[in-house]
Amino acid sequence: MELLNIKINGREVSAPSGSTILEAARLANIDIPSLCYMKGINEIGACRICVVEVKGAKSLVAACVYPINEGMEVWTNTPKVLQARKKTLQLMLSNHKKDCLACVRSGNCELMELCRQYGVDDAHLYDGEMTPSEVDESAVHMIRDNSKCILCRRCVAVCKETQGIGVIGANARGFATHIGSAFEMGLGETSCVSCGQCIAVCPTGALREKDFTEEVFAALNDPEKVVLVQTAPAVRAALGECFGLPIGTDVQGKMAAALRQLGFDKVFDTNFAADLTIMEEANELVERVQNGGVLPMITSCSPGWIKYCEHYYPEMIPHLSTCKSPQQMFGAIAKSYWAEKMGVDPEKIVMVSVMPCTAKKFEIGRPDEAANGMPDVDIAITTRELGRMIQKAGIRFLDLPDEPFDHPLGSGTGAAVIFGATGGVMEAALRTAVETITGETLGKLDFTEVRGVQGVKEASYTVGGLTVKVAVASGLANASALLDKVKSGEADYTFIEIMGCPGGCVNGGGQPQVPYGIRNFVDIRAERAKVLYDLDASNPIRKSHENPDIQELYASYLGKPGSEKAHHLLHTSYVARTVNPKF
Amino acid sequence: MSTKQTVPFTGTPQQAEQLYKVIEELKDQPGSLMPIMQQAQEIYGYLPIQVQTMISDATGHPLEEIYGVATFYSMFNLNPKGKYRISVCLGTACYVKGAGRIYEKLQELLGIQGGECTADGKFSLDACRCVGACGLAPVMMINDDVYGRLTVDELPAILKKYQ
Repeated sequence: MELLNIKINGREVSAPSGSTILEAARLANIDIPSLCYMKGINEIGACRICVVEVKGAKSLVAACVYPINEGMEVWTNTPKVLQARKKTLQLMLSNHKKDCLACVRSGNCELMELCRQYGVDDAHLYDGEMTPSEVDESAVHMIRDNSKCILCRRCVAVCKETQGIGVIGANARGFATHIGSAFEMGLGETSCVSCGQCIAVCPTGALREKDFTEEVFAALNDPEKVVLVQTAPAVRAALGECFGLPIGTDVQGKMAAALRQLGFDKVFDTNFAADLTIMEEANELVERVQNGGVLPMITSCSPGWIKYCEHYYPEMIPHLSTCKSPQQMFGAIAKSYWAEKMGVDPEKIVMVSVMPCTAKKFEIGRPDEAANGMPDVDIAITTRELGRMIQKAGIRFLDLPDEPFDHPLGSGTGAAVIFGATGGVMEAALRTAVETITGETLGKLDFTEVRGVQGVKEASYTVGGLTVKVAVASGLANASALLDKVKSGEADYTFIEIMGCPGGCVNGGGQPQVPYGIRNFVDIRAERAKVLYDLDASNPIRKSHENPDIQELYASYLGKPGSEKAHHLLHTSYVARTVNPKF
Repeated sequence: MSTKQTVPFTGTPQQAEQLYKVIEELKDQPGSLMPIMQQAQEIYGYLPIQVQTMISDATGHPLEEIYGVATFYSMFNLNPKGKYRISVCLGTACYVKGAGRIYEKLQELLGIQGGECTADGKFSLDACRCVGACGLAPVMMINDDVYGRLTVDELPAILKKYQ
């Protein structure tokens, strides 16, 4: 790699050819602020916060997109630069609803942080006409308030480029420019898949999940209700970030303790249902292989992916596993098996799920997700919402002891916890499927070929004389490329895992927001996934079919995987949808 | 810009056929979305949701992307033009002479917003910039007829001439 020598603020810096000024400055331990810039996804130099002086350039340049060249001299902190950045912030604030005191992003708003750094304390001088906007509450999972939008277009880029969807974009021009959908449709009327990646990348409070924490508090305070909670694998890998812990800190034990302090009657774990999913899904796969069913079979854990498939690849619906997602399986079992076992009236159960995901809010209201004549899950909240509940309840999260989950729906294996990372469901399924087919005990449990953050991964295994080709995709643009190969006949996989969000649930749309100034240099997907793989490695039971509580569930209640009872409780159906309106 | 569809869509199969032919010819060229939209507007006269959806379905461009382009450039219309096209000059001279009130009154009289067309297809209303008759400010044009030194009170009688 060719190194170029440049000077930043008078100091010599060597950086690889092709670097931007922003990247080279980082090597010299200088942060240049940015708002619109997302490396590899949104490189448009639009917000002008990253401007710097370059010797010989006639005006300030955008450091995020300006490539370095040999001998270049750059200044990042001159009065001219600082004044320009401050003016840009003042202009942004002049068209920004400044209800910062109670804004959901207060404390981790990228705009607010920059205004503090640059001493923008005179925004009231710029009060005047604002771009007219209405709050869009049409989607089940989220709210858009354009009065807080700074038009950085990060949401637009992630929706179009990363997810390949593009239901949001910039409409109109000039002062009237606003982010919206075609013909000003509400997001809920479009083919939005509810993945929430737009929320995860929004620098301000313009995009946020629909908050259901008040509903949870109300249930917890209702003595008539039995309030159960389940937490998805990826939540424990990110919840700590809400309390200032480094990215990639495992807080499983503190999370269980906090949930108990909040007053949940039972603190359970979605990992239990992840193990159950593997039992059903592995059985479905073996049946499809043996009986000439539709192949490749594709996983169905990710409700964003499911909605995407229904809108964009309805012809592929027969490929989807009929297994409900772990969230839904959990609710169905809690309101049947657990309720019967404990003698609790299922009508009195309030099933709360904590998810790294906003599409889960959509999923709980889907048809065919109410096995017991009532919704399997009543309230789905995100990791962020749980963080806010813990703060509001005054729980000293960092000082909590590690506590275990409750028995029996709180037990999960190592195979279950890796569901939260891309490739995890595949690896968990392989561990069970290989042992089921061959009848032999696996020596090595790590299927490293399907691990890692790459968008598409492929592997081929020989199992009991049978060649099993598998593929894993995360992020919907990657999924689309993979599906096109399947449709064209170019690829003949047996089993495919698809997760809607890039990197899987650890990077879900419901996870704590990390400023892009950090995300451009730290891969949060890998950092958080490491938590899950460590939990897997340290778990004495690492195969779903060896979970004793799952074995007991089948022995005493369900019979065997794929039984009639299992089908009734644990499987679902899908609907074909369209991308555009039909006339 | 108004996005309300005020006139029912009356596209014909022949127009659709023409549009699909254009798309087939252009769609594999990079940057072909705008030329396709321009030709679509020539075929239909405007770009309602039905036409934009046809373009989206046939090219794979998200509907929002097409709509974003259509609302960015003033040459694209979301509504048809009426038999009588009213343009009110909102340039500086006309504006200080009260063209804003003329424009508002016309919206009230016609029951449409700027950029829209009356449901009977008779009148469409747009704002324009300087028509080169600043001495006559405020000015409006109805097709090729120029009306100058306008007052709000004259408007009902003028519109009546075209009923």
